[in-house]
Amino acid sequence: MESIVFYLFAAIAVIAALGVVVLRNPVYSALCLAVVFVSLAALYVLLSAPFIATAQVMIYAGAILILFVFVIMLLSPGSDPLKEELKRQRPLAILFGGALVALLVLVLATTALPSPRGPYTPERIAEIGSVQAVGASLFTDFLLPFEITSLLLLVAIVGVIVLAKKGR
Amino acid sequence: MLTVNHYILLSAILFSIGTVGVLVRRNPLIMFMSIELMLNAANLSFVGFSRYLQSIDGQVFVFLILAVAAAEVAVGLAIIVALFRTRQTVNVDEANALKG
Amino acid sequence: MRRDTLITEGCVSLDPFLVTLIEALVKTIVVILALLTAFAYLTLVERYVVAKIQSRIGPNRVGAIAGIAILQPIADAIKMIFKEDFWPAQADKVIYTIAPGLAVGTALLAWAVMPLHPPMDIFGYHVEFHIADVNIAVLYLLAVGALGVYGIVLGGWGSNNKYSMLGALRSTAQMISYEVPLGLALVGVLMISGSLSLVEIVAKQSFIWNVVWQPLGFIIYFVAAVAEVNRLPFDLPEAETELVAGYQTEYSSLKFALFYMAEYINMLTVSAIAATMFLGGYQGPFGILPGVHWLILKIMFFIFLMMWMRGTLPRFRYDQLMRFGWQVLLPLALANIFITGVVILLVK
Repeated sequence: MESIVFYLFAAIAVIAALGVVVLRNPVYSALCLAVVFVSLAALYVLLSAPFIATAQVMIYAGAILILFVFVIMLLSPGSDPLKEELKRQRPLAILFGGALVALLVLVLATTALPSPRGPYTPERIAEIGSVQAVGASLFTDFLLPFEITSLLLLVAIVGVIVLAKKGR
Repeated sequence: MLTVNHYILLSAILFSIGTVGVLVRRNPLIMFMSIELMLNAANLSFVGFSRYLQSIDGQVFVFLILAVAAAEVAVGLAIIVALFRTRQTVNVDEANALKG
Repeated sequence: MRRDTLITEGCVSLDPFLVTLIEALVKTIVVILALLTAFAYLTLVERYVVAKIQSRIGPNRVGAIAGIAILQPIADAIKMIFKEDFWPAQADKVIYTIAPGLAVGTALLAWAVMPLHPPMDIFGYHVEFHIADVNIAVLYLLAVGALGVYGIVLGGWGSNNKYSMLGALRSTAQMISYEVPLGLALVGVLMISGSLSLVEIVAKQSFIWNVVWQPLGFIIYFVAAVAEVNRLPFDLPEAETELVAGYQTEYSSLKFALFYMAEYINMLTVSAIAATMFLGGYQGPFGILPGVHWLILKIMFFIFLMMWMRGTLPRFRYDQLMRFGWQVLLPLALANIFITGVVILLVK
C-alpha cells in the first residue's frame, strides 16, 4: 500500500518536473511546479513528516509560487526565445543531467548508510505529534539558526523594498 | 518494502531535472523555478534521511530551508523585476553588461 | 487513531480498510451535497437579507410560499446553465477552464477536517462525524486557504483582459495580505488549546467557548476572514462599479456559476472555522445538548453578519484596505499573541 502511494506520487512529481523544464509557456511551468510541490508534500506525509508537508504547501505552493505567478503575469514575456548561446547546448545539457543522475546513484550504491540515531521513530512522532517534535528541537538545539533565520527574513524584506522602489 | 534508497533516487532525479532546466532555459523566471526544484529535491532527501535515521534534525533543517528559500525567491524576483525594468527583455543572455 | 472495526451485526464481515474507505466516501458525499444545497439557498437568503435592509421586498414569485420564493435558486441555476458559454478571443483555453474548478476545489477541501457532531455509536458501530482527524488540522486549513488564491489569479490571467488581470492581481494581493493576521489570530486559540487538531479543540470547549478567552483574536479573525472571502467592505476587486466585475468579467454560464459557488462556499468555510475555533463548534453554551444543530446555528449567525455588513457598510478603497491589513490588523494580532502568552505564563 505504501509502495503504491510512493510510486504514484513519485511518477507525478517526475512528470511535473519535466513539465517545468520543457514547457514553453511560463504560466504552465509555474502550474507544473505547483503539482511538484503538492506531490512532494504527499511524500512527506508518507515519511511521517505531516508538519513539513503542510508547511511546504503553505509556503511553497501558497506563497512563493504566487509570487512567481505575479511576476510572470506582470512581465508577460509570452513564449520563451529559443536561441541558445553555445552550439549543441541542449543535447549537452541532457547528457550532463544523465551523468549527474548516474554519479549520484553511484555514490549512493557504494556508500554505507549511517545507522539510526535518535529516538524519533515514526511511532514516537505519531505519539507526541510532528509539530511538537520539530518545535521542541527547533527551540532547544537549533535556537541559534532559528533566530538567524528570522534576521535573514528581515534583511530580505528590507532588501526587496529597496529594490522595488521606483526612481532611485 | 520502501527503503531510503527509493527516496534518494527520486531526489537525485528531480535534482538533475532541475539542473538541466537551469542549463537549457533562457528565461530567468524558469531558471529560477528550476533552482526551486533543486532545493525541493534536497528537501526530499533531508526528510527521507530524517525518517530512516529516526532523527528529527532533518525535518528542522527542511523547515529552515523553507524559510531561506522564501527569502531568496523574494529577493531574486525583485532583482529580475528591476532588471526587466531597465532592459525590457527577459532573455538572460542579453543581460551581459555590468553597466546600466 | 483509526480503529479496525468489523461489521458483525447480521451483515457480512468486511475488510477493515474497505470499511474505512466506504465510510469516508459516504461522509464526503453527504458533506458535499449539503454544501451545494446550502450554497443554493444562501443566494436566496442573501437577496432577502439585503432586500430587507434596503426596504425592498426581495424575490417573491417563483414557487412562492408565504411570500418567500423557495424555487428561486433552481430558476437561477437553470437560467445560468442555458446561457451561452463563450471563450474570449486569444484566451488561454486551459487556464480559462481550470480556474473555476480550482476555486471550487480548494473551497471544498477545507471541509474534510471539520468536526460536525460529537462521536456516536450507531447500531454498535462507532461513528465519528468528521471526514478526517488530522492532528495538524489547523495548519491544513491555512494551507488550503493559501491554495484558494490560485483560482482567482488564474481566472484573471486566463481571461486575456486587462480589467480582469488588474482585478485578479488586486484580489490576490488582498488575500495573501490578510492570510497573515488570519493565521496569527488562530495562534491565540492554539496556545490555549495546546493542540492543532480541530476535534480536540472542539472537545476542549465543552464548558466555556474560546471566545471568552480570546475576544480580540475573535474580532481579528472575523475581519480578516471577511477580507479573505472578498466580501464587503473589502470587495473592491470585484465591485461592479470599479473594475467591471474584476476577475469574473469574462466568465459566463457554468464557469461563472462555479466562481459564484466558490465564493459562497468560502464564506461557509470561514464561518465554520470561526464557529469551530472560537464558538465551540457543535458544543452548546454550557455543554447543553451538543450536536450539529449548534454548528449550523453558529454558521448561520456568521453568514447573517456578513450579509448585514454587505447591506450597510461602504467599501474600503484599495490602499485603505491594504493599509488596514498590514498596519492595523497585523500589530493587533501580534499584540494578542503576546498578551495571551503573558497571561498563560502568569496563570500557570
